Amino acid sequence: MKVVIMGCGRVGARLAGLLDIEGHSVTILDTDAHSFRRLPPDFSGTALVGDGVDEESLKKAGIEEADVFVALTQGDNRNVMAAQIAKHIFNVSKVVCRIYDPLRRELYNSLGIEAFSPTTIFAQILKEKLER
Amino acid sequence: MYIIVVGGGKVGYYLARALLDEGHEILVVEKDPDRNEFICSELGSVCIRGDGCEVATLTEVGTGRADMFIAVTGDDEDNLVACQVAKHKFNVPRTIARISNPKNEAIFKKLGIDVTVSSTNIILENIEQEVPTHPLTHLLNIRDKGLEIVEVKIPPHSTTVGKAVKELPLPQGSVLSLIIRSQQKPIVPTADTILQAEDQIIAATTPESEEALRTALRGF
Repeated sequence: MKVVIMGCGRVGARLAGLLDIEGHSVTILDTDAHSFRRLPPDFSGTALVGDGVDEESLKKAGIEEADVFVALTQGDNRNVMAAQIAKHIFNVSKVVCRIYDPLRRELYNSLGIEAFSPTTIFAQILKEKLER
Repeated sequence: MYIIVVGGGKVGYYLARALLDEGHEILVVEKDPDRNEFICSELGSVCIRGDGCEVATLTEVGTGRADMFIAVTGDDEDNLVACQVAKHKFNVPRTIARISNPKNEAIFKKLGIDVTVSSTNIILENIEQEVPTHPLTHLLNIRDKGLEIVEVKIPPHSTTVGKAVKELPLPQGSVLSLIIRSQQKPIVPTADTILQAEDQIIAATTPESEEALRTALRGF
């Protein structure tokens, strides 16, 4: 499976490492080359400096042949925009993005973008832990 | 009309001021407390502090009854999301987004934004017009029809000087509508009109045949 990940933060770098070990072809994009230090030392995929809301950068990252696109930057809106470009312009079959704001997540889910809100998920986990 | 403006920077502020002067009901949504205070002190209580992409904020300001929603922050992605929330969550009939990166124009259109205004393109076009040697200037885009109105200047040594319009290999879909000559009234060209040096030709064309039109009018 060919995967393009946008945002090489802790989550992005970790996901890239996990998929890479399983033998998937991974390309990770970040606007700051310094972020790539988070990738595991034996990472065999491609790390590219580029902006995931820019069509040219996405093309360079191989979005046209990608099976999966994951948007994991710190900005909800950037994630949402990149995810929509991947889905509607490049027709990537599986597009997943992170949206911290739960209400915005709901809206974009209803618009056909598969989105996860760490806010809701983590609050739920914490609540269950506390109640046990 | 009730119009919501997201972003209280220079564009947002002057836009709100102009719309207020026209008698509209305006609300500006701005994150920054200093800008917020500035706008309220200049224009009255027409600015609230908040994130214009957040459903909660937009509910609070009554986006559901807005006639128009204009996002003019400096970030393209924020403008996109604000307009999409307004459109899909609150069914605002008309959404307008400012964009800085001209490449985003097509993307925004595809993602359902009614109107985009590209500040970069507007500045470029204005500067192009002022550069005397520039062969072709965009004057106007008629987006729904895929047409544009352009101006082409005929340089003195062009091979087309002295030729009639009917001799020019004009591309399909391009129409010459006006010739402006110094010291004369503008003329509507016919097939027999002879081109002169320094003519300014106003033409309608498609983006695809723009290059062919330029070559046809100016020669090689």
